[in-house]
Amino acid sequence: MSEEIREDIKLIEDHTSQEYKYGFVTDIEEDEFPKGLNEDIIRKISAKKNEPEWMTEWRLKAYRHWLTIKEPNWAKIHHEKIDYQNLRYYAAPKKKPELESLDQVDPELLATFEKLGIPLEEQKILSGVAVDAVFDSVSVATTFKSTLAEKGIIFCSISEAIREHSELVKKYMGSVVPQTDNYFAALNSAVFSDGSFVYIPKGVRCPMELSTYFRINAMDTGQFERTLIIAEDDSYVSYLEGCTAPMRDTNQLHAAIVELVAHENAEIKYSTVQNWFPGDKQGKGGIYNFVTKRGICKGNNSKISWTQVETGSSITWKYPSCILQGDNSVGEFYSVAVTNNYQQADTGTKMIHLGKNTKSTIISKGISAGRSNNSYRGLVKVGKNASNARNFSQCDSMLMGDQCGAHTFPYLEIDNSSATVEHEATTSKVGEDQIFYLNQRGISTEDAVNMIVNGFCKEVFNNLPMEFAVEAQKLLAISLEGSVG
Amino acid sequence: MIKIKNLHANVEGTEILKGIDLEVNPGEIHAIMGPNGSGKSTLANVLAGHESYEVTEGEIIFENKNIVEMAPDERAREGLFLAFQYPIEIPGVSNSVFLKTAINEIRKHKGEEEISAKDFLALIREKAEVLGMDSSLISRSVNQGFSGGEKKRNEILQLLTLNPKLAILDETDSGLDIDALKIVAHGVNKFKNDNNAVILVTHYQRLLDYIIPDFVHVLYKGKIVKSGDKNLALELEERGYDWIIKEQPQAV
Repeated sequence: MSEEIREDIKLIEDHTSQEYKYGFVTDIEEDEFPKGLNEDIIRKISAKKNEPEWMTEWRLKAYRHWLTIKEPNWAKIHHEKIDYQNLRYYAAPKKKPELESLDQVDPELLATFEKLGIPLEEQKILSGVAVDAVFDSVSVATTFKSTLAEKGIIFCSISEAIREHSELVKKYMGSVVPQTDNYFAALNSAVFSDGSFVYIPKGVRCPMELSTYFRINAMDTGQFERTLIIAEDDSYVSYLEGCTAPMRDTNQLHAAIVELVAHENAEIKYSTVQNWFPGDKQGKGGIYNFVTKRGICKGNNSKISWTQVETGSSITWKYPSCILQGDNSVGEFYSVAVTNNYQQADTGTKMIHLGKNTKSTIISKGISAGRSNNSYRGLVKVGKNASNARNFSQCDSMLMGDQCGAHTFPYLEIDNSSATVEHEATTSKVGEDQIFYLNQRGISTEDAVNMIVNGFCKEVFNNLPMEFAVEAQKLLAISLEGSVG
Repeated sequence: MIKIKNLHANVEGTEILKGIDLEVNPGEIHAIMGPNGSGKSTLANVLAGHESYEVTEGEIIFENKNIVEMAPDERAREGLFLAFQYPIEIPGVSNSVFLKTAINEIRKHKGEEEISAKDFLALIREKAEVLGMDSSLISRSVNQGFSGGEKKRNEILQLLTLNPKLAILDETDSGLDIDALKIVAHGVNKFKNDNNAVILVTHYQRLLDYIIPDFVHVLYKGKIVKSGDKNLALELEERGYDWIIKEQPQAV
């Protein structure tokens, strides 16, 4: 019996016995699944999404692996044990209570929108107010999609891609972050809800930032998001994830996966602004954000650039990484992580140099205020064939007040003596002297702090698309409000 | 312009200023001199409202308002300017963003419109020229990587663009060579008119060769122990501070 056939039989056996065991009777009309996680739940998720058989099995494989491993505990974060059987793993996109006007929206939320400068129509959509014909997100999406389709670009939800572009998904999903990669990746692979799929054909430069559409339509992708971006030879795409508007989500655990594949001469720029609920001033509530993001520079001369601005979540565990497999490939990581009150962030990157003349740059800016803890954790690995690999890392921490913490954990694994690796790290305090200096020129303390912090993050903001950078600056101001003076 | 009455101030519980009286009228230049540790810089910082200093007694009447309880940014918007002895570096914040924000804060306070980008640029060019400053300094981060002389010149550039009512210059001459000193003095003289006033805090007389004071005060142990005209500065240059100290009954 060939290996393949044996595998197939095993799959069938597993499948049938499972069905028998649990009695596959589901009323798929229900909006929410019962709490807890088991194979039955995973099959239901897959069925609900009309997924092909291979996808169901793929999920189950991840689940079975997940059962065998333990939650990691090496990060510098503390939280109460998560009871995975007490979570709900599928909820259909719920209809939000429709409000008639912005007058009915929480004034605090509106004040934040105001500070961020979010257009009125968009405020309505974000807070669930019925929108008139002036701003029809469906028509925006349609225009947008047809422009992309002309170029052969595929941009759709991952659920749609699994149904409509099965071969591409099958080929690439899990190729960068395998189901067995880590605890949270295995969990996501088993239960992922939705996310985005992007395919840029050979020689195509994506004519727009993949964002405008996304911002409005991706609000309900939920807690187990999964994104896959493929850039064929000589292509380019810039993708913006997230939303600077405050996101109200009642799910406490988020475990997302992002996979990027860049072929020869291709470039992927991936920018994130993460502003999930950080918990209140006493540290109650807030999102636990355990994300696995990784890109592979598969082809020669390819480039992947991660830029992130992390201000939300009570816990952030996130290391967007690059595998530099192609010769002359380039990996970049630009990060601003802000923690206030009782927030905890353990974030950084991994740059894995495998090809020759590969180059990576890491610029990390951590800002801690209140009683928060902010850690940079980064690995630079140079494989034995990666001759002339170069890395430059700069990790700067800024402290506001004296009850917060900043930590830097750089790891180096160098197996090729021709590598050049540079690491610079600084820790500074937002100086009273700096604030006084700006005060003395007529600038208020709040504006002074914003100015100092934005100056500190400038190198990272410079890598964000313009409109995003402006919002990110405002977001920083909101996150740090009242932390000095 | 400013009337200081019986001003006492502490730093970390130690009294540094022990009853200062001083009145400065529009159109006047006053020099505050004195040996190291006499409280000169403390006086400058207390006038600007630095939070490390606690006023325990007395009044500072600036333009008919007691500003002792006023926050430093409000004092600045009211027209009180301090040129720092050690100008602070602010990485990543360009000089132009910083200056434009400051100008607009002060304009807003006066109920004026914000300055246009065009007018701002013209203003900066004009003032930078007075100081022989390279206009590339404008796009660099505030004071970052500036030489000592560049930092001091940058202070005077801010003085000229913000055009306050009262300028307090804290040891602006320290660390400057003679050419830089002349340029800085030239800037201050350009600023000076009949409606504003200058308080020069300095250890040495040499700055006063280029900025001629109307009054010279000697500060010693937190008090003004002697006042005179510009000749007092010359006398101090010649004889040092000892003779004045000896005149003080408690100093012996």
